[in-house]
Amino acid sequence: MAEVKAKALTEEFRADEVLPKPKSRVKEFVKKFVKNKAAVVSLIFILFLVLVAFIGPYIVPYDAAAPDYTSLLQGPTKAHLWGTDEYGRDVFSRLLVGTRLSLGVALSSVLVGTALGVILGLFAGYYGGILESIVMRGCDVLFAFPDILLAIAVVAIIGPGVINVMIAITVFTVPSFARIMRSATITAKQALHVEVARSLGCKNSRILWVHIFPGTIQSMIVNFTMRIGTAILAEASLSFLGYGANVTEPDWGAMLSQSRNYLNTAPHLVLFPGVLIFLTVLAFNLLGDGLRDTLDPKIK
Amino acid sequence: MSERLLDVKELRTEFKREKSWVTAVNDVSFFIDKGEVLGLVGESGCGKSVTSLSIMRLLLDTSGRTSHGEVLFEGKDLLKISEKEMRGIRGYNISMIFQNPMSSLNPCMRVEKQIIEAILLHNKISKQEARQRAFNVLKQVGIPDPETTLRSFPHQLSGGMSQRVMIAMAMSCEPELLIADEPTTALDVTIQAQILELMLEIRDKRNTGILLITHDLGVVAEMCTRVIVMYAGRIVEEAPVKELFASPVHPYTQGLIASVPKLGSNVTSLPSIPGSVPDLSVMPKGCKFAPRCKYAQEICHEKEPELTYVDGSDVQRCRCHIFHEKKQEVRA
Repeated sequence: MAEVKAKALTEEFRADEVLPKPKSRVKEFVKKFVKNKAAVVSLIFILFLVLVAFIGPYIVPYDAAAPDYTSLLQGPTKAHLWGTDEYGRDVFSRLLVGTRLSLGVALSSVLVGTALGVILGLFAGYYGGILESIVMRGCDVLFAFPDILLAIAVVAIIGPGVINVMIAITVFTVPSFARIMRSATITAKQALHVEVARSLGCKNSRILWVHIFPGTIQSMIVNFTMRIGTAILAEASLSFLGYGANVTEPDWGAMLSQSRNYLNTAPHLVLFPGVLIFLTVLAFNLLGDGLRDTLDPKIK
Repeated sequence: MSERLLDVKELRTEFKREKSWVTAVNDVSFFIDKGEVLGLVGESGCGKSVTSLSIMRLLLDTSGRTSHGEVLFEGKDLLKISEKEMRGIRGYNISMIFQNPMSSLNPCMRVEKQIIEAILLHNKISKQEARQRAFNVLKQVGIPDPETTLRSFPHQLSGGMSQRVMIAMAMSCEPELLIADEPTTALDVTIQAQILELMLEIRDKRNTGILLITHDLGVVAEMCTRVIVMYAGRIVEEAPVKELFASPVHPYTQGLIASVPKLGSNVTSLPSIPGSVPDLSVMPKGCKFAPRCKYAQEICHEKEPELTYVDGSDVQRCRCHIFHEKKQEVRA
């Protein structure tokens, strides 16, 4: 097509007044985002958690693993701000240290699961045919199990350990994303603007990533943030069953599960990890809502 | 002497329905010269859009296929070249404008990005240059404040503005052929006139050939040099625009023209063509229009007529067994 490419431009298309450079897109985004107070607070809270995940182990008042048999199952006191557990370990310190594991496992496994699910769903929805059948039937099989059961099954097969827990959570994250993504893609690919893009000479990969994918992000973000909540709980359950991290290593979910037995005598053991998980999941959900509103050009 | 731009020969397009193939467009042949506006008229479902999509080879998604015929664009058969080569032609040599401007633009992308994309797909120039060109093209199509429009999202534009942007996008690489699939159907009448004006202006400046698909005979009368009337996937009549309105030969064309309301006439009900387009899978055996035709005779139900020149004309063709008598009738 080289010889056609040299087509001379008509006069009016060339000479004209000079156009100034565009405004920064990031600035516009930030301006719109900060208007959503709940999302900003959530973002700050999440950033704070991430910071704690990094520096937590270095700022704790007590050794998170050291037992203190003189103060077992104490409620909140001056010495132990959020009380102690059945071995006399400081709950606050354990929660601080546990942030890294809980958040890290949940975030990374959901991220990987999302990426895989999105790619599978996108291709299945766009190309259809045998690929779609394989992916969607595979998802159906995985959907047949409850999330936690599936994770347990995976860990039972490949063995315990943090990495394997992540794999397990990834496995049950993939199908839900693949399914949402596939239906979003099927809707999007019939849109007129996709046909327009094709009529302008776009190739499949470009249509897929530039014209279909961005329109589906909205539904992904909300699902993503909700999945993080599920992942934190799943990781907790696996830890409780002894399939997760090493028992001595602090972890929000494991702390919550293990304190079940003391619900009547020491409710603070359930309260603090529970509230923390609740706040974290809530923060992710609010952030997701905020991001969706900001990214959607139709909401002003 | 005009130059031949597009030459479609015996095009047949089929769609898969369950296990069998149903023919949507059959034996369609026409040509477009440079700088010519060819009108393609017919009611919904007669294969107008399918014809245009076949030319662009955009049927892949709809389980359709072009099983027979040639689409010669500047001498090259578009049905035989590779997909990659075809991509180079789409948007660069042949562009398309669609019926609904409001949903033709990607809602997630700024106007700017979409026009720039159309330009960069076919030109090796910098982004800044492309942006400048997008700006110039928008000015060309009569957008009052191109800079703001560039920064807008499609939902912030009105229908007329969107269609202008679409035309700008389609024209950004200065294609030789523009296929306009009911470009003004979704617009109100004043905007409609402006858009048509704009298309004619572009045609005059760049000698672009235009294939105008429409069901609006008013638009045809205003815009086109020649007209093709389609019915049930076949061309039933082809004529220069003057001849078509002065002496329509095919009963279907006559019916179409009769059903256009006329200003000042004092009729209480408009004449209409009884019945509707036959289903693709249960096409009548003979003339496809016979079941709705008031002149239909035995032969019409038995044998499908050929598209032949009308007596005493070398520009008007018609697919009808009995058009001689009717032509006289109309003139009488």
